[in-house]
Amino acid sequence: MTTPGPAEPDPPAEEPAQPDPPAEAPVEALATAAGVPPVEPSAGERPRRRRSRRGLVAACLIGVLTLLLGFAIAVQVRSTDTGQQLAGAREEDLVRVLDDLTSREDRLRQQAAEQRAVLAQLGSSDTESAGALEEARQRERTLGLLDGTVAARGPGLELTVNDPEGLISAADLVNVVLELRGAGAETMQVDDVRVGVDTAVTGTPGDLAVDGQAVQAPYRVRVIGIPEDLAPALSIPGGVADRVASRRGTLDVVPSQDVVVDAVRPLTVLRHAEPADHD
Amino acid sequence: MIPVIGLAVGVVLGLVLDPSVPLWLQPYLPIAVVAALDAVFGGVRARFDRIFDAKVFVVSFVSNVVVAALIVFLGDQLGVGAQLSTAVVVVLGIRIFGNAAAIRRHLFRA
Repeated sequence: MTTPGPAEPDPPAEEPAQPDPPAEAPVEALATAAGVPPVEPSAGERPRRRRSRRGLVAACLIGVLTLLLGFAIAVQVRSTDTGQQLAGAREEDLVRVLDDLTSREDRLRQQAAEQRAVLAQLGSSDTESAGALEEARQRERTLGLLDGTVAARGPGLELTVNDPEGLISAADLVNVVLELRGAGAETMQVDDVRVGVDTAVTGTPGDLAVDGQAVQAPYRVRVIGIPEDLAPALSIPGGVADRVASRRGTLDVVPSQDVVVDAVRPLTVLRHAEPADHD
Repeated sequence: MIPVIGLAVGVVLGLVLDPSVPLWLQPYLPIAVVAALDAVFGGVRARFDRIFDAKVFVVSFVSNVVVAALIVFLGDQLGVGAQLSTAVVVVLGIRIFGNAAAIRRHLFRA
């Protein structure tokens, strides 16, 4: 297309329209000036040689220039790639980059602090809940032992109440239990019935029942507590030993470091009482 | 043909040698490259218009590069280097687009 484009008129430093014809013309003018015969410039030998030499120089120059351009492009692309372009950056650019980095660093630092706080919170709540769980387990064990819902073992006494004549009453047996409790017994069982907070001994002498379950003489009581405290409590004057003796029975006390209280009570389900929360 | 070969050889040389750009040249090299690209596009367009002249090409190439670098250098001295180099790139980019449009019209007749 020979019609000039819209961008054609303005390029000043370029070759398009104007420069070329004048550039061609001076060559011919020069040739005519150099060549003596003013006949035809292209017919002369010297102008042609000149022109071809000029063409060669131009081609060399163009080649060198484009080679330089390609070289520069490659180098520039490389140096932009490697990120070393900061070395040649302007001061204001560097200041901007530094500002960006500083604000970014601030943001990241703040984020890190927040995350750390969250982490600390989670960690502390974790240890807190672990501690609470451990405490709850501890309480559960203690309450289970007291309530008689779990088997227990430990130092204590193995007690045998012989009642050859069937004279021992429910009150006597309750007295044994109360006396042991008073001496610091932690848990106990009578025959195969675990003694809990609401244990009752019923029946007539010789036909006793603990919590409704019949027990037969001799009554074997296994109790956990400090043997050195429990044994004297039974033998105080007017105490258990004396009362059993008054019923013509005997009391065998065997201290042991490993008494097993393995009878368990069903868990008491409370229907009316509820914890009064004060937290 | 020569320019294409020159470009290709130059790129290969640049990749193979991998020289580091001297510090003083770093702000000017990109601008110079863009200016030279503008001259090359102008040359291609002139070739299509059948008015290509080697001398004009060489002169415009060199002067483009020098003037662009000078403008940026001046801008740096005045403290507006970043803005001026942006301006130079914008102007040269517009010219490259114009020349590319003319080339396109020649090539595709559209």
